[in-house]
Amino acid sequence: MDLKAEQRGDLLIVTAMGDRIDAAGAIQFKDRMREITEAPTRRVLLDLSRVSFLDSSGLGAVVAVMKALGPDRKLELAGLTPTVQKVFRLTRMDSVFTIHPAVPDRGQPGLRDAG
Amino acid sequence: MPGDSLRRLVPQEAADQARIVIRADPMAVRDGLRALFDMPVLRAMPETERGVAQIVLAEALNNIVEHAYAGGDGVIRVSLRRQRADLLCQIEDQGAPMPGGVLPAGVPHPAAAREDLPEGGFGWHMIRALSRNLRYRRSDGRNHLSFRLDARRPAP
Repeated sequence: MDLKAEQRGDLLIVTAMGDRIDAAGAIQFKDRMREITEAPTRRVLLDLSRVSFLDSSGLGAVVAVMKALGPDRKLELAGLTPTVQKVFRLTRMDSVFTIHPAVPDRGQPGLRDAG
Repeated sequence: MPGDSLRRLVPQEAADQARIVIRADPMAVRDGLRALFDMPVLRAMPETERGVAQIVLAEALNNIVEHAYAGGDGVIRVSLRRQRADLLCQIEDQGAPMPGGVLPAGVPHPAAAREDLPEGGFGWHMIRALSRNLRYRRSDGRNHLSFRLDARRPAP
């Protein structure tokens, strides 16, 4: 699973480039996220718009990433595709994360001031 | 002529069922699911129902890899059959039996503080929530799991 990171102020936007976060890739995803989020931004936004499938191992990895960020940093999600959204809803994890419909455009005030 | 009726039957069967044998390994499960979802019986299903089928089959197969075979070698046989509006799914493995001979309850996690959130245990909850007629049986040293899924959108 390739991840691409872009820093905008105190927001780090990480884009998952692969189409699935599953049992075969969950550990690698978690490790790559840990490396990328070493940049000390207050908020991390994970763009999942290219991910068409996430299983319970993938979900566990996303939860683990959020916990590893510690209490002072937030993990937010954007661009959940229908099947991924279903997994979050069924496990009630949609109430745990802030979920954006899409990655906001550069310079959008809502994004800069949110949090 | 028998040959004629056979030729007529084969495409029909191919469109209505799919079988695959998958090695008990996470990467083989990923590849196996990709292959299954390229087969006509699953390609014919609407997007939402395909998504549900992918979730349930992935959870069932990954559970077998992680728990029944627990990292050891083995194979998983998957057989899917379209029956009217249902997709009948049968999965067989020769790994360890379910503890206590029954399927895990798979209850959703209780509201937990962030640091107490679970990182696993979601699988059976999703299988139970998304499937019907879920059955488990152990016989001849094999686990047999079967369930039904919607193969098409329920009529309004």
